[in-house]
Formats: sequence, C-alpha cells, structure tokens
Amino acid sequence: MHYESNVREPLILGNKSYKDITIDVARPVETAAPKAWWIVFSISLVMFLWGVGCIMYTIGTGIGVWGLNKTVGWAWDITNFVWWVGIGHAGTLISAVLLLFRQKWRMAINRSAEAMTIFSVIQAGLFPLIHMGRIWLGYWVFPFPNQYGSLWVNFNSPLLWDVFAISTYLTVSTVFWYTGLIPDFAMIRDRAINPVQKHIYRILSFGWGGKAKAWQRFEEVSLVLAGLATPLVLSVHTIVSMDFATSVIPGWHTTIFPPYFVAGAIFSGFAMVQTLLLIVRRIFKMEDYITIQHIEMMNIVIMVTGSIVGVAYITELFIAWYSGVEYEQYAFLNRATGPYWWAYWSMMTCNVFSPQFMWFKKLRTNLIFTFLISIVVNIGMWFERFVIIVTSLHRDYLPSSWGMFSPTFVDIGIFIGTIGFFFVLFLLYARTFPVIAQAELKTILKSSGESQKKHHDPHGAH
Amino acid sequence: MAHTEHTPVVRALYLDDDVVLGAVKSLRDKGIKVKEVYSPFPIHGLDKVMGLKETRIAMAAFMYGLFGLTVAILITSYMMNMDWPQNIGGKPSMTWGMNMPAFVPIMFELTVFFAAHLMVWTFMVINKLYPGAAPQNPDPRTTDHHFMIEVAAGEGVVDALKETGAIEIVEA
Repeated sequence: MHYESNVREPLILGNKSYKDITIDVARPVETAAPKAWWIVFSISLVMFLWGVGCIMYTIGTGIGVWGLNKTVGWAWDITNFVWWVGIGHAGTLISAVLLLFRQKWRMAINRSAEAMTIFSVIQAGLFPLIHMGRIWLGYWVFPFPNQYGSLWVNFNSPLLWDVFAISTYLTVSTVFWYTGLIPDFAMIRDRAINPVQKHIYRILSFGWGGKAKAWQRFEEVSLVLAGLATPLVLSVHTIVSMDFATSVIPGWHTTIFPPYFVAGAIFSGFAMVQTLLLIVRRIFKMEDYITIQHIEMMNIVIMVTGSIVGVAYITELFIAWYSGVEYEQYAFLNRATGPYWWAYWSMMTCNVFSPQFMWFKKLRTNLIFTFLISIVVNIGMWFERFVIIVTSLHRDYLPSSWGMFSPTFVDIGIFIGTIGFFFVLFLLYARTFPVIAQAELKTILKSSGESQKKHHDPHGAH
Repeated sequence: MAHTEHTPVVRALYLDDDVVLGAVKSLRDKGIKVKEVYSPFPIHGLDKVMGLKETRIAMAAFMYGLFGLTVAILITSYMMNMDWPQNIGGKPSMTWGMNMPAFVPIMFELTVFFAAHLMVWTFMVINKLYPGAAPQNPDPRTTDHHFMIEVAAGEGVVDALKETGAIEIVEA
C-alpha cells in the first residue's frame, strides 16, 4: 500500500525515519539561531524601521509627500500593493491547488509558502490603508450601520470587491495555515523541555492529541479548505485586475487582464518561494526535504507561467493594433518606445526572456542560477505593475496635461520598509514555527523516502 | 493525565503505522473495542478499520457557504437597491436582479468567507481544541514517532495487545 513507482524520484532523501523527521523539523525551533539568521534579521529590521518612519511621515503630513502629481495619481503605492498580493498567490497555489491535484512534492514546501502568502498579503494591505491619507477612517471601507444618512459602501465598485477579496483571502489563508500547524505545534509542545517554551506551544497547539476521529476531520477540513481556497486565489487577482480593467483608461481597459494577472501572480509568487526556500534549506539544513527536485518543479512552474505572461504581453500589443483605436495604439506604442521604454524593456527581459533558460535541465537544477532568476523575476514583475500603472496614466488624451512620475524618498522608503517587514516576519516564523509540515510529510515517508523506496525495489539496485 | 471517564483502559504503544492498522483489525476481530488511536499523522484507512462514521464537516461547510451567499444577497440588495439606491456608472439599481452582475464578486467572497471560517470554528469546537487546552494525548511520544491504541480493560486484553506487536503496554 505504500508502493510508488521507482520512476518517481524520492521526495525525502537519505535514510530517514519518522523520528528523524521530527528532529529535523524541530531543530530550528530548539536550537540557537545561526549567525546568518541574526545578520539577515538585523538588516531587515533596520529596513522595516525606516519604512515605519516613512509611513508615519506620510500619515502625519499627507500623501503629498509622495511623488504623485495631477496626472499620475496612482503610482508606487498601487504598484507595490499589486506586487505583494501577487507574490502571495504562490503559497495558496502550492498548498491548495497542488493538494487538489495530489502533488505530493508540495508537502515539504507548503508551510513556508503559505507563511509567505500571509506575510506578503499583510504588506499589500498596508498600501491601500496608508494611501487613504486619513488612515483612522479606514474602517469606512466596510459596510457598517452609521448615522451619515445611512451611507453605504458601493458594492458596484471593483475597489470594494477588492476589500472583500483581500480580507477573505488573508483570513482564509491564515486559518488554512493555522489548522495545518496545530499538529506540528503539538509535536514541538511534546518535545519541549524549557517550561516557558512548553507553555507557549501548549497554547498554540490547542490541546491537539492526534485522535483518530480528529485526524479524519482534519483531512476533510484540509480538503474542503483547499477546494475553497483554489477559486478564492484565482478570484483575488482577478478582482485586483478589475481595479484597472473596468476603467476606461487606454492600457487598462483590457479583457485579458484577469487571466494575465493571475498567471503573473503565480509567476512572481513562485519566484519569491524560490528565493526564500533556497535560503531556508541552506541555513536550516533542510536539503533532504527541500530537494533539487522540488526546486526543479518550481522552476518549471516559473517557466510556464512566465511564458503565459509573455503571450499576454504580445496579445495586448496585437489587440491594441487590431482594435483600430488610436488611443489604445498610442498607449502601447508609448509604453515600448516612450519615456518609460526602459521600464517596459526591463519587464520584457526579466519576465519573458529570463524564464526561458529554465528549458535547460542543467540550469533549472542549478541553485545559484535559480536564485538569481528568482530575484530577476520579482524585479520584472514589479516593473510590470509599474509599467501598467504609470505608463497608462502619464500621457492621457490631453497632451497639455502629460507628465512624468518620479518617486520621493518616502515612496522608496515605504517600499523598502515593506520588504524589511516581510523578511522580519518570515525570519521570526522560521525560528519559531515548524517550517515543514512534518505530520503531512510523515505520511509519504514510506512511499517516497529514498531508503524506503530502495527497499521496495524488486531488483534491489538503483 | 487527567481523564474524565472512569472506566479503566489499557494503552499499547507501537512503532509503525501498518502494524497499528493490522492491530486494530485483529483486536476488533477478537471482539475487543478499540476506544481510541493516537497517531503523529493521519493513517490512511484507519477510520474504516476502526469503524468510525464518515465526517459530515464538508456538508456543514456547504451549508455555511449557502448562509454566506444569503448574507451577501441580503446586504447588497438592502444597501444598494432598497435603503439608498443611486445611479452609479449607469448600472441599473432599480431591482437587485438587474444590479446583480456587479455583486457576483461579493457573493462569491462572502460564500467562501463564511464556509471556510465557520467550518474551521466547527472543527475546533467538535474536537475540543482551543488555545491552552490540555494535551489530549496521554503520552507525548505519540506526536513524534509512536502510535497508541487505547482499549477498555478486560480479561485477555493485555495478551491480545502483546500479540499485535505492541512495544509497551500501560494499564491505566
């Protein structure tokens, strides 16, 4: 019953037992942080604090401290928002979609990918809040009974759909993640020696004991949550794209946006998972669980989604020409050859050209190359959002109001701050949470463990 | 470990999930009631061997989803079409039915929101899981690499457990 074809490469390397998995997953929590962790954490914390300062300056003074002007009224704030939401998508894709497709290689990476989802959606959520200017009225985005009329939110607006989509996405991802964490917290609780640590994990593990009925329900809940999260994740970036697509701005008013945004989101999210996991497997010595095969699989996803994004870029150009609408045609001509040509061609190079290297097995199994590409892809995806937003706005129908956007130090500071905040959260997570879903991983040890597979091999070789 | 029931039980520890599966089968064949199995991970097929009923939590989630959909329909129709109808971008606001396409995203999101959250709350409540709850497993090793079968104490039970490959037996 634990048989799996030998054609499939093992997912857990080395001669591991259930006990070894426990020890390896608990190690980062139970031992002191390596020096590298402290270095990266300190840098991230400084970036984060710088960002906090810039956010406070923005709130205290107003969003006039940003580089926005009358022509470009949306720039880095919304670029960063879409970029972070997009990055979040890979986590749900790995934990939910790959669960439905029974892709067992997800098990070593889903925990960290989901953590990344939650932390990046938190960064994303910051931008709509601070760009309101008066953040203390932020609760006005929710339909609450009030004395102003009553004045309700506008359910016809994609911006409000976004409020519902992002809040549903953030909270559902969090409970999905947490439900999976409970048995693993229980494992750490039961191993803990330090009374303070034991007490904390006792609170976090909710008293989990691994009873048969609880496991039966647990598996059903995971499956149903995966079934709910799959359309949810697709809806989130679809709705984000509708913020643009339902407007009448040339360059935004495009029906291809929803699938194109979703593909781009998965593309950038997998790149970020790649960046994070290459560091995690190195610092915490998880090479036996997050194997080259895992890295290769994710690179294939990056290659496929990157190509989808490339097709979308070219389709946009074609449709702009084919539509015969000169404003559309100009918007795209201006993107590629106008004053922001460098942003457009950075986007094209990073997103369409660079993932094509992944057709070569040698390159997609090379860790350093993968790490570089993962960063290049995320730079490219940031430029994609910048190109869509700023180049569509900066030259509208009236040439006398054409303008350019340049960020101020506050724009840059807030963006850097969110990167710092993201890494602060992720690094704290990596030291205190089980970074691999060990309970789930133990279920495939007999079928996909390296030494267990050899044992099943009728020829005894390989 | 504090237990509310007073009936004495015998607990046997095992090192392998397949052995546990076989043990539960043979114990039940002998007419010994397996009260509980504690395991570090879900053992495929254990619920069937133990004779557990299928969980209905997915059906509960479906009902919660329908509830969320109803909430979405009620709030959009009340707020947008009854309490304060407005002309927004020329979208028809006379009846909810005409205005409905603009509300599909909200209806979808609230369906998922209610289904997911209420299902997880239900899961926590029926399994008696809450922050700070006492660990339900009598032996801390069962979240690591040990498996435990708990049966009601009785004549011949200990011998039967030994036969099934238990590495340690505790009468409590």
